[in-house]
Amino acid sequence: MFVHLPAGRLGVMITVEGLTKTYGGFKAVDNVSFECRPGAVTGFLGPNGAGKSTTMRIMAGLTPASAGEARVGGVLYQDIPNPGTQIGVLLDASAQHAGRTGREILTLSALTMGLPMSRVDEMLKLVSLTAEESTRRVRNYSLGMRQRLGIANALLGDPKILILDEPANGLDPAGIHWMRSLLREYANRGGTVLLSSHLLHEIEVIADEIIVIGNGRIVAQGTKAELLQTAGTFVKAGDTSALANALTSAGITASPSGDGGLRTEATPEQVGKAAASAGVALIELRPAEGAGLEEMFLELTSDTQREEITPEGAQS
Amino acid sequence: MSTAVATIDTTRPAIPLSRLVKVELRKMFDTRSGFWLMMSIGIVATIATIACIIFVPNDNLEYSVFGTAIGVPFAILLPVVAILSVTGEWSQRTGLITFTLLPHRGQVILAKAIAAIIVAVVSMIFSFAVGALGNVVGSALNGVDTRWDVSVADMLYIILANILGLMVGFMLGVLIRNSAGAIVAYFVYSFVIPGIFGFLAATQDWFEKIQPWIDFNDAQTPLFDGGPSGEQWAQIGTSSLIWFIIPLSLGVMAVLKSEVK
Repeated sequence: MFVHLPAGRLGVMITVEGLTKTYGGFKAVDNVSFECRPGAVTGFLGPNGAGKSTTMRIMAGLTPASAGEARVGGVLYQDIPNPGTQIGVLLDASAQHAGRTGREILTLSALTMGLPMSRVDEMLKLVSLTAEESTRRVRNYSLGMRQRLGIANALLGDPKILILDEPANGLDPAGIHWMRSLLREYANRGGTVLLSSHLLHEIEVIADEIIVIGNGRIVAQGTKAELLQTAGTFVKAGDTSALANALTSAGITASPSGDGGLRTEATPEQVGKAAASAGVALIELRPAEGAGLEEMFLELTSDTQREEITPEGAQS
Repeated sequence: MSTAVATIDTTRPAIPLSRLVKVELRKMFDTRSGFWLMMSIGIVATIATIACIIFVPNDNLEYSVFGTAIGVPFAILLPVVAILSVTGEWSQRTGLITFTLLPHRGQVILAKAIAAIIVAVVSMIFSFAVGALGNVVGSALNGVDTRWDVSVADMLYIILANILGLMVGFMLGVLIRNSAGAIVAYFVYSFVIPGIFGFLAATQDWFEKIQPWIDFNDAQTPLFDGGPSGEQWAQIGTSSLIWFIIPLSLGVMAVLKSEVK
């Protein structure tokens, strides 16, 4: 029987429901709910300190939730026997004993899970760590190498689900491209991937579905296409104030967006006519694709910004 | 139709404790610091034996001399091994992987305790062997009779005493979960507290009477001295409640509830 199943019918692998974590009076995670499907890479996007890592630690049973729960395949993480063979987790690539070699770290995990030692070599090869690099102590690894080792560790038990916290952090552009192909293939084989990032660009490149979190709350979620597709127009002129006046006199409300441009709910045609009748020369006029997500993300980060992340998010 | 959705398999075999013990044993040796800590035990045992042969007067050269000379450094080093095996998971943050691969933390702690006891027993047997060799070689070199004044029962008591010391270190590791803090606490326990208790016992009659019942160090002295009497066993029991069982229980409860970051 040949049946084409739409992605939504393939079921849900990860279910997070009403998850809340409070530290004293501070809500690090505030009533967070979302789902992850097999066959898709779900990106968990938010500025640093938004609650991504806390949510992921709760999912892996490392942090007790104050309320709500996270289930994988309908099961609580604690109830999964030999969980490393079913869920691959990378929470912090730097959380390693600096005095162990990369190979030794994988060997310990393989022994714990009861895997053949050949898996260690296979995984080292998969993440392109050479034999020489694998016998170096992790103290001497770059962040990119630690990330590769962490991904090798997560994939070691051949799991069907991956939970990765900031896995692209520290990877160079070629490394990010490599990770995209790796996760894409993994998802295409039916795997479920949840990965977090504080960079909009990384998530745009890697994820199919996006969950945006800020100050512990989910502020948006949907497929990449849905979130990037925003109604309205992005317009930019040499003289921004003249453009703003032209739009106002034509009855079009606009707000600043990106570097020196304006965004409005009106169609490109309406905006173009308004600018032409006022004699304002335009530099750019296009549907505001992705601008909504970007603005929302910038707004989130400007409140809680802890490092220079705005330029990277805006350059995409 | 074979569109079987991959899901979580709850019928897979769980990770057996024996495998965890093996992994924990390996973790004690697989870093440079861990390896040299273990090596230092062997080196110290050898140096202590040679020193006995050279410096101890011939008349006094007997097996117990070697046993004591080797036993003191062991009593100091073994608890450090136990402490580091626990605190490393927090200080080095390896717990993030350890407790993700096995979400039942009590089992990890149990495996660590078993691994630490195995290391203690094996290294004590090793030290007895080195001491015996020293005794044979030493008496031959010095032209005196080889004297064996330590019985197997004595050895078992000494092993037990070292395991108790090691378990106090282990308890402090679980309770404090920080390498430096736990090691300092262990030295306070084994060097500072006996002094304070000794002073109290010397000046306060009431304390002298209860000391054997509440002082874990003091209660263990008979283990090095031919074995405890019935009452002395009871004193080991009551003092272990204060210095081992209660704090360990509190520590394990904290480990089970705490957040691993």
